[in-house]
Amino acid sequence: MALSVSMTVNGKPVTVAVEANALLADVLRQTLGLTGTHVGCDTSQCGACTVHVNGRSVKSCTLLAAQAEGAEITTIEGLAAADGTLHPMQAAFKEHHGLQCGFCTPGMVMSAADLARVNPAADEDEIREWLEGNMCRCTGYHNIVKAVKTGLATMQSPAQHAAE
Amino acid sequence: MTVLQNPAKSTGIGAPVKRVEDYRFLTGRGRYTDDMNKQGQLYAYILRSPHAHARILSIDTTEAEQAPGVHAVITGAEMKAAGIGSLPCGWLIKSRDGMAMKEPPHLPLAVDKVRYVGDQVAVVVAETLNQAKDAAELIAVDYDELPATVATGTAAGATGAPVHDEAPDNVCYDWEWGDKAKTDEAFARAAHVARLDLINNRLVPNAMEPRAAIGEYDRGSEEYTLTTTSQNPQLIRLLLCGFTMGLPEHKVRVVAPDVGGGFGSKIYHYAEEVIVVFAARKLGRPVKWTAERGESFQSDAHGRDHVTHVELALDEQGIFLGLRVNTIANMGAYLSTFSSCIPTILYATLLSGQYKTPAIYAEVKAVFTNTVPVDAYRGAGRPEACYLIERIVDVAAREMGIDRAELRSRNFITPDMMPYDTPVGLQYDSGDFQRNLVDALEMIDYAGFPARRAESAARGKLRGIGFASYIEACGIAPSNVAGALGARAGLYDSAEVRFHPTGSVSVMVGVHSHGQGHETTFAQIVSERLGVPMDKVEIVHGDSARTPFGMGTYGSRSLAVGGMAMMKAIDKVIAKSKKIAAHLLEASADDIEFADGTFRVAGTDKTIGIAEIAGAAYVPHNYPLDELEPGLDEQAFYDPKNFTFPNGTQICEVEVDPETGVTKILRFVAVDDFGRVINPMIVEGQVHGGLVQGIGQALLENCVYDEDSGQLLTGSFMDYAMPRADDVPSFEVKTNEVLCTTNALGVKGCGEAGTIGGAACVMNAVCDALDIAHMDMPASPERVWRTLRDKQAAPLAAE
Repeated sequence: MALSVSMTVNGKPVTVAVEANALLADVLRQTLGLTGTHVGCDTSQCGACTVHVNGRSVKSCTLLAAQAEGAEITTIEGLAAADGTLHPMQAAFKEHHGLQCGFCTPGMVMSAADLARVNPAADEDEIREWLEGNMCRCTGYHNIVKAVKTGLATMQSPAQHAAE
Repeated sequence: MTVLQNPAKSTGIGAPVKRVEDYRFLTGRGRYTDDMNKQGQLYAYILRSPHAHARILSIDTTEAEQAPGVHAVITGAEMKAAGIGSLPCGWLIKSRDGMAMKEPPHLPLAVDKVRYVGDQVAVVVAETLNQAKDAAELIAVDYDELPATVATGTAAGATGAPVHDEAPDNVCYDWEWGDKAKTDEAFARAAHVARLDLINNRLVPNAMEPRAAIGEYDRGSEEYTLTTTSQNPQLIRLLLCGFTMGLPEHKVRVVAPDVGGGFGSKIYHYAEEVIVVFAARKLGRPVKWTAERGESFQSDAHGRDHVTHVELALDEQGIFLGLRVNTIANMGAYLSTFSSCIPTILYATLLSGQYKTPAIYAEVKAVFTNTVPVDAYRGAGRPEACYLIERIVDVAAREMGIDRAELRSRNFITPDMMPYDTPVGLQYDSGDFQRNLVDALEMIDYAGFPARRAESAARGKLRGIGFASYIEACGIAPSNVAGALGARAGLYDSAEVRFHPTGSVSVMVGVHSHGQGHETTFAQIVSERLGVPMDKVEIVHGDSARTPFGMGTYGSRSLAVGGMAMMKAIDKVIAKSKKIAAHLLEASADDIEFADGTFRVAGTDKTIGIAEIAGAAYVPHNYPLDELEPGLDEQAFYDPKNFTFPNGTQICEVEVDPETGVTKILRFVAVDDFGRVINPMIVEGQVHGGLVQGIGQALLENCVYDEDSGQLLTGSFMDYAMPRADDVPSFEVKTNEVLCTTNALGVKGCGEAGTIGGAACVMNAVCDALDIAHMDMPASPERVWRTLRDKQAAPLAAE
């Protein structure tokens, strides 16, 4: 049975008809065409589908779309500035070669961006622990950790970032 | 005319250029197969076997066909009746008695029998995926269960219910390589023989993007399009047309768009590719299938899975005299596309490693079991070879009381011996193995290790250090030699360099990028060679309608083979451009020099830029039309003269907590010789990723089947331990460039190196920490803890 769900996605209000058992990840991808949110597993382990729900990183496969009623959702498509300028965390991933095939990247970046809220001065061990729920098979994590460190630092000093 | 400084230099060969593909991936604008939806698309769901081995007595699809939204339910009988053929194996291996390997049919949908948990039984195509799944539950399959053959070591000769009637003893082939008599003679005069039984554990590749495929058929034009998660779309088209479906190749387009990692698992022609094309033709609508991760575990080709006995003969000084290897290799239930050559041609030929072992003999028995087919996984045969060599060297060093670095040094092939013919059929062209070892020893501070071990011991921890000096063979070649060894395909590659009239360049390549960053590294080469800025160069790959016929990407071949094809095409462009320049500058073509994008009459200031040449070629008003064709668009194929041989030494230090059995990697250094490095940033990234796959095998990953029922026990990320960010260390890496002598770029390949040495390196460190000769992978906390407990109990039991 279809339900009507209203939420704000990447700053725009949307109302969609969803099946009661539809996952947020699938609604983002299928109904809203936001295919940057990837689905890499069926057990909420891989983290490729991570988005921000009301400012917190959430694996969108763990949430029914119906639970997102009234929520503010940001997906990877909504992270860069309107003119296409990369968010500091995105820019840091490019700078440090923190991505290869790109499949885990959206979830990895969304998760890493949220670390700035929780622990902006995270050290390497803390970054690795935070990313424990985001799997990458390509990079060996080495460059992702470097990217997150840089991304966090830049997010703390946006003026400096803008000047660069 | 002013000669501007070439803008390409800062982005040329050797520069750590940031990747051009990153923007789309970082902003969610990548286009992976499952991101695409075609007009009128239907969804396929595949009913898979719940049994490891069973006869199919009947399949009743009546109820499923009438379920809401269902357009078709397809069974193996229907596909077989329609003439759909077997998924072919691309490499013929002959047994030692000269008989061809057993090659039982592998139909896309099972007929009569299922042979592993996950084997395809029937397909439901419906308006929505949920409707297809619901309908699949209404299919009634009557199975007669048979005993399952599971364990690699005991599969051969098992009686009762062979996996295939064509192989009553479950043996696919019984193969040998090397000189038995010479090796026996070496063992007869050995001062010491080290012996080891080991298991190379089965792994699940688990690229993060699950496999997916979309089939389309246009009844008007009779054209087919398959969009698929493939490392080699041209090869898939060839197999689809020539083998499984018998389609007219000129009517078939295969597209592999952005692909989310492969590691070998996306080389093969899979049943699902046939199924979606068959269903699309039957229904006249696009049909999409996307694997759930659980299906990936049950249907992506697995890797490794060897049971091996190895013996190394040494003289009094520790000089290697001979190596003897006996391996049983698990093929799984069917022969996947390249399965047969992995434990043979890509394994036994590497048993020389970096050492001048004069006599080597290997026996390999490949067996069928009721498990997922096994094929190439990152490294493919070479990690298995490296693992046994580097383990037996450590065992020998331990038994003879020789330092492990010293024992390796004594036996290394030295640069003055290059080119070096190994006793197992390869000719190494170049490499300085000792230098790699020395550099790695320095980086890890080998001299300081005893003090660090003592410091760990003071904290109650067991510290160990491990080495792996690996060599691999990349870019399988040449085609005629591979053919003589059983290859059923060519192993060349291709490229087309198309200058556009206004000066930008499109390069269409036969290799495929699924994380390797070819759109950047290949553009760097084009930019430097042609003197065109990077942003005016586009690398096109992954679409059979746009690219020339090439063999795709695997075995670290892209640059050494595909890159060389591109170099040849670039040379053709330059050669033609010189003739055009000679005409425009009113000089002889022999007097034209080319550098940094500019043609010059030697010894003069008369020059013309390559963009202007392109303009003249497409608007040929002032042009030597009687001598030259208009246009500037050149294609080349390249078949390499030899394999390339990347090599290096990895060293890691681990600390084991004897209370918990947890192994922590404290430091990991890797010194690699990849020949010429095009983009060091990308190369380092390949090393990091490869190392973690090696570490994963050593410490975490293990694919486990129940040995009685054949049920896959590690069928999800909840059960199969993938390496996560907090399981692995950061790395210290260095490259020693010794240029490859058999290709003009001097490149060797870097995609698999980390994985080839990684597992051996970690296990050598773990065994050192535990002060044991050997334990099998993975060295999980439970196994390490048990090993330590058994070791403590052993002397007591002996008393």
